[in-house]
Amino acid sequence: MNDITLTINGIGQEFNRRTIFRDLTFTISSGGSLALTGKNGSGKSTLIKILSGLLTPTKGTVAYTVKGTKVLPDDIKSAIGLVSPYLQLYDEFTGLENLMILSSIRSNGSLTTGRAEALLDRFGLAARRHDFVRGYSSGMKQRLKYAFALLHAPGVLLLDEPTSNLDAEGIEIVQQVVVEQGKAGILILATNDEGEAKWCSRRFQVA
Amino acid sequence: MSAVSSTVALFSKDVRSELRTRYALNALLMFVVTAVATILFALRADQPSPTVLSGMYWVVVFFTAMSSLSRIFVSEEERGTTLTLQLVASPSTVYFGKLLFNTALTVSLTLAVTVLYTLVFSEFFIIQTPSIFFVTVFLGSLGFASAATIIAAIVAKANTRGTLYPVLSFPILIVLLMTVMNATARALEGEDFSEAMGDFQILVGYILVMTGGSFLLFDYVWKD
Amino acid sequence: MRFVKYGSLGIISFIVIAGLGIPLSPSPQSWLEFPVIPGLEDKARNLFFHVPMAWTSVLGFLVSTYFGFRYLRTKEIDYDFKSVSAAGLGLLFCILATVTGALWARFNWGSFWSWDPRQTSIFILLLIYGAYFALRSAIESDEKRASLSAVYSIIGGLTAPFFIFVMPRMMSGLHPGAKEDAGGKGPLFESKMLAPNMRVLFYLSLIGFTLLFVWMLQMRIRTARLEYESSRELSER
Repeated sequence: MNDITLTINGIGQEFNRRTIFRDLTFTISSGGSLALTGKNGSGKSTLIKILSGLLTPTKGTVAYTVKGTKVLPDDIKSAIGLVSPYLQLYDEFTGLENLMILSSIRSNGSLTTGRAEALLDRFGLAARRHDFVRGYSSGMKQRLKYAFALLHAPGVLLLDEPTSNLDAEGIEIVQQVVVEQGKAGILILATNDEGEAKWCSRRFQVA
Repeated sequence: MSAVSSTVALFSKDVRSELRTRYALNALLMFVVTAVATILFALRADQPSPTVLSGMYWVVVFFTAMSSLSRIFVSEEERGTTLTLQLVASPSTVYFGKLLFNTALTVSLTLAVTVLYTLVFSEFFIIQTPSIFFVTVFLGSLGFASAATIIAAIVAKANTRGTLYPVLSFPILIVLLMTVMNATARALEGEDFSEAMGDFQILVGYILVMTGGSFLLFDYVWKD
Repeated sequence: MRFVKYGSLGIISFIVIAGLGIPLSPSPQSWLEFPVIPGLEDKARNLFFHVPMAWTSVLGFLVSTYFGFRYLRTKEIDYDFKSVSAAGLGLLFCILATVTGALWARFNWGSFWSWDPRQTSIFILLLIYGAYFALRSAIESDEKRASLSAVYSIIGGLTAPFFIFVMPRMMSGLHPGAKEDAGGKGPLFESKMLAPNMRVLFYLSLIGFTLLFVWMLQMRIRTARLEYESSRELSER
């Protein structure tokens, strides 16, 4: 993992004449984990989207530095892993195909089938890797999203509602991921759940 | 080089997806067959002039295109995979990948219509100057795809998707339609290749302007 | 702005009176007489209205696209107000131009509509405006609406050179300036048939309509701003 630092400064977001949040500021570096908390509608998902570089905030700045040099949001995308209820994978492809195809589009360095299968195995999907995602349960889809997020060993892992749809076994795996990522890179999760928030070393209240 | 391989990877993803689900291809085929059949019944024994024939040809192409070219973005939006794509691919990769797919779709479409016309209207759909015809169809397909892709991207972000797509596309495509209809009529009448050069210049200009403009503007449509 | 308002109203009233009122005479002596243009006669009066309206509608489109472009660069919603206000006016004048043009066509060439290149051009412009507003009504978010309609108007603008300049040159048509006319602007301008007093009236009309456009634009922009601010306050509570 690279030495990445993420700094947000005075972030505000307006949408349809309503202010969702204003003036959010924090800094986090590799080896840190942060839990975003706040009630429903406080904008946690929106903030995650902003941090992933997929949404430009109406006010404020998001800055990523890698080993001291500033990196543009567009370039940092390759180092970001995102799990979110708003992000879906392709129904008409199998679990394994999804990983291989998305990786080839990302073109980040070649992904071997072996590594993809190992990842699927870690999340308990090895048996169903050749089945179409169309047939996956919502819990399995969530696990596949994790496999996708961790494909290229991301320096920054963003999790929006980390354990939605997961059974006890799934939750355990995710907790391991959170702890590992928190040590090696940056981990930020958004949650309503107290238990999940406690997995992180820091907390940030969104509104 | 990785930008090119990214684009090709996205294109092949769309092709594989299409071959599996056959949504666009089915719609295309059904539309073309129905349209040509309707024209056949309407004409019966009558023999239309080259201008009318050329018009009919492109009317079928236009409406079939309208029914299937918006899918490439709308399907991503409907299934929630837009975010996924935004994460893994740069806007230019997405734009060119989708443009490539739409071009392939349009070329297949025009090929299908040409084949069908030659079979069904064999007595009077005689292409006297094939060189003009095939250049026109090729350039016309490129032009269609380049305009249709950016409009498809716009429509995918709006709410009512059904009728909005033809409403937005038609004014943009009129110039293209008039030019290709002109040139195709020439091909049917057997005019010299050189006579169509003016039309080809317009077509090439249109393709360049549309593709260039769409590429520069795509970011604003695609990114939130 | 008061100058613009009264100036435009004043000029246009003058044009209406002068353009419609000044009589024709075979050999005009004074300033208060128009020459008889063979083939056109009284119908030439249309010139004072139809052409400036068409000009204003194109102006509306250009202004709207320009502000749309500025919105894309700065993301300031005020530019969107300007853009949509200009587009609305452009649409209005486009309809007026189309109607006056069709009237002219009926009296000059026999039928209301004959798909001559310039008629087709104004029709395309009408369609682009219609599509622009259809697009806007299909988007709920202010920001998305502003971006997407700006992009669409720019795309529409890109096709404009094609249907305004290229096509009329390539196709023959009834309008002055089509392929068969040797001159650029048609007989009225080329030959000396356009008398000085008519020329003055014409340019005055152009100015008058432009001022009218500016004035109405200002009003619409102010209304849009007020409406936005008031709905913002309501939802902030």
